[in-house]
Amino acid sequence: MAEAATTERNGDTPSKELFVGARLILKALQEQGVEVIFGYPGGAVLPIYDEIFKQNSIRHVLVRHEQGAVHAAEGYARSTGKVGCVLVTSGPGATNAVTGLTDALMDSIPIVCLTGQVPTHLIGNDAFQEADTVGITRPCTKHNYLVRDVNKLSETIHEAFYVARSGRPGPVVVDLPKDVCMAMGHYTTAPRGVQRKQHKTYNPKTKPDSAAIAHAVAMMAAAKKPVFYTGGGIINSGPKASALLRELVKLTGFPITSTLMGLGAYPASGDHWLGMLGMHGTYEANLAMHGCDLMINIGARFDDRVTGNLKFFAPDSKKIHIDIDASSINKNVIVDLGIVGDCAIALEDMLAVWKAKKYQADQKALKAWWRQIEEWKSRDSLKYVQKGKLIKPQYAIQRLFELTKKRETYITTEVGQHQMWAAQFYRFDQPNHWLTSGGLGTMGYGLPAAVGVQMAHRDALVVDIAGEASIMMNIQELSTAVQYHLPVKVFIINNQYMGMVRQWQELLHGGRYSESYSEALPDFVKLAEAFGCVGMRVSDPAKMDDTIKEMISIDRPVVCDVSVDPKENCFPMIPSGKAHNEMILGQDEKSGKAITGEGLALV
Amino acid sequence: MAKKPAKTKTPSKRAKIVEEQSSNLYEGMIPLARLRDKETYRHVVSVLVDNEAGVLARVIGLFAGRGYNIESLTVSEVDRDRGLSRINVATSGTHQTIDQIKAQLGRLVPVHIVRDLTDDGPSVARELALVKVAGVGEKRVEALRIGDIFRANVVDSSTQSFVFEVVGNTDKVDAFIDLMKPLGLVEVSRTGVAAIARGARGIEK
Ligand SMILES: Cc1cc2nc3c(=O)[nH]c(=O)nc-3n(C[C@H](O)[C@H](O)[C@H](O)COP(=O)(O)OP(=O)(O)OC[C@H]3O[C@@H](n4cnc5c(N)ncnc54)[C@H](O)[C@@H]3O)c2cc1C
Ligand SMILES: Cc1ncc(C[n+]2csc(CCOP(=O)(O)OP(=O)(O)O)c2C)c(N)n1
Ligand SMILES: [Mg+2]
Repeated sequence: MAEAATTERNGDTPSKELFVGARLILKALQEQGVEVIFGYPGGAVLPIYDEIFKQNSIRHVLVRHEQGAVHAAEGYARSTGKVGCVLVTSGPGATNAVTGLTDALMDSIPIVCLTGQVPTHLIGNDAFQEADTVGITRPCTKHNYLVRDVNKLSETIHEAFYVARSGRPGPVVVDLPKDVCMAMGHYTTAPRGVQRKQHKTYNPKTKPDSAAIAHAVAMMAAAKKPVFYTGGGIINSGPKASALLRELVKLTGFPITSTLMGLGAYPASGDHWLGMLGMHGTYEANLAMHGCDLMINIGARFDDRVTGNLKFFAPDSKKIHIDIDASSINKNVIVDLGIVGDCAIALEDMLAVWKAKKYQADQKALKAWWRQIEEWKSRDSLKYVQKGKLIKPQYAIQRLFELTKKRETYITTEVGQHQMWAAQFYRFDQPNHWLTSGGLGTMGYGLPAAVGVQMAHRDALVVDIAGEASIMMNIQELSTAVQYHLPVKVFIINNQYMGMVRQWQELLHGGRYSESYSEALPDFVKLAEAFGCVGMRVSDPAKMDDTIKEMISIDRPVVCDVSVDPKENCFPMIPSGKAHNEMILGQDEKSGKAITGEGLALV
Repeated sequence: MAKKPAKTKTPSKRAKIVEEQSSNLYEGMIPLARLRDKETYRHVVSVLVDNEAGVLARVIGLFAGRGYNIESLTVSEVDRDRGLSRINVATSGTHQTIDQIKAQLGRLVPVHIVRDLTDDGPSVARELALVKVAGVGEKRVEALRIGDIFRANVVDSSTQSFVFEVVGNTDKVDAFIDLMKPLGLVEVSRTGVAAIARGARGIEK
């Protein structure tokens, strides 16, 4: 018995029995706990599809485009904390997946993508549907493998899952030549148990240096104008990190802001919440960052959407940065104290030190700091006015929030103004309920991601807040939603423009709206119906609530086309090249602060 | 009476905390001045990797994709039994960039260890160059004489030419090649830098 336990733990004893390669793949996926694969078949993966046919434990979701498969797996992964799984064929199947893989890499989403490949003896011969998949995906994956030996199949797949979920999560490709899938080989179980062998090279550090944590907490206790700046790393780390973060914020009384990717880690209804920061963040969040004397960055990566002009970024502050990836630290911003480790463990250690040392925040200073923040808050930087006959996009989203907040609701988005308004006006109280393409900014992300979320949470309400331009990029996934009875809701903020592009053209290019008008839009109601979904349309503000109520009451996929004010711009905004304290707060102000000089060349 | 000492105590406690901050409390903390230094420095970094398909492409792709400089790069298997190769990269950049390069290399899955041979104590670095020089008469004699000074071996000769094999650090090889230019330098083939730390300790500690 002891012997059995050891072999199981180490997971390196191959089975005596022989299996066909494709069967080995399915066995490995089952052992990894995969419940759903998002995929699309083709010649090179037919043996794998044959094995899928023969079993029942793993559900295959047939998408309509391989990009959709990866985004769906991202949605599944982000909303469950598990690794998302994708299966596509060689050549065009693999190249279609590239955008999704890059998206997952930028946003640190754990994905394992199995790609078919031509038989090993044909590799390099420009065979039919051959692409150099490992070559093409090397820069857009965390790691990739080409399996040439059937006896390495199962252990490679186990390793792929380990790499995808460990440390800073990311997408991993396993390229599978057809002959390998058809050869007979032995099965190796996954390493497991607490005593499993260390990976021979990849063992990310998760436990932060305790002296560094003590130092960080001492800095916090001495701070007069502190701010927590948290990000997607908290979500990556898991719900425990969110819970610990809430405790630390409460204990210290410090204000907290978050990046786009970290929304929900600290509740938007929480007392210490400043709103999102960055280019379209709130006035109070950005000014708190600009004016702080101590910035505590936990699991955020000083992205350029967040820092604005680096020369003027939080000029009088000391900075602590906790990140699981050493390469995130001192990459864009030089910090006073960098700590490598998992943020849940770091937060736990920080709480322990704060309590053990009986630290107290400097109450007098903190009170003054909060007074200052309240003053900034009173500018009400997200203010908008809903009047007249046109629906303001902000209003549509705010009403959606009010009418869905009591239910289990997941929000995905496409990319553009509607995405930013969703971040500003939909208030998240829980982690893993907000799914958006932040790093790559991929139009077409939201609908397939919603499909992935709904697969994992059948009874939840899943809404893709979309733009009329973005939704056209992966609209075909409506068909997937219909096939699998996934009642996703596509809530189109239809401003008839690529609004974000139009906004930049207005601010940067003298209002020359080059190619940013959405000409020849389809009739979204008819389009929905053609796909077998329910189509709805609203343009009267007075009908907004009823429309939303009706939409969420329908237990089928719905496309709701909301005609909104086509000219509305998204504020506040830090123009590119500007500092946090140079925000444009609204339409009236914008002319005086147009983007000039170096800022013009930035994105 | 009870209140007064408490009042003086609080600030002094805070002062102590602040004081603590300015001292280097733990290993691995990078001094800010070093990170803010805008000078560029040349570093030789050695990377021990699993000798698997594509590992060199990963390293080169990383440098190209992130715009890091490669002055020289060598790679060869160094431990057949364990399937390990060693990559030596000579690169240059600010301290911040060099630290980034090391962190980026460190997170590649097949990488065992990254060692900065320029920063982590003394090391030796050598490269070998084959230098072809063609000429007759006085120039030919002069080339041989300089070859002697540099302890270069003649590994091929014809009545019209020599091929020198010169070994040394990069500066020495550069100097030799410069001197050969006026003497009929035809072409050069260099191995790039191989480097190793001085002393008893191995790269894996
Ligand atoms: C149109 C548009 C506008 C945008 N405007 C804004 C804006 O106004 N404000 C804004 O904030 N963003 C904005 N973004 C998003 C922005 O581009 C970045 O995606 C985002 O700011 C990055 O978030 P993050 O710093 O939390 O990092 P993420 O990309 O979420 O990275 C997570 C970080 O945490 C680390 N990490 C991962 N796991 C762990 C762990 N377990 N423990 C510790 N650390 C971990 C990672 O190494 C990484 O450094 C916009 C995007 C678009 C498309
Ligand atoms: C695939 C892709 N192509 C181009 C862009 C550049 N881009 C960013 S926002 C945007 C316009 C989006 O328009 P829409 O979906 O209508 O959203 P809106 O801004 O109007 O809310 C474009 C073209 C992108 N982010 N992704
Ligand atoms: Mg639009």
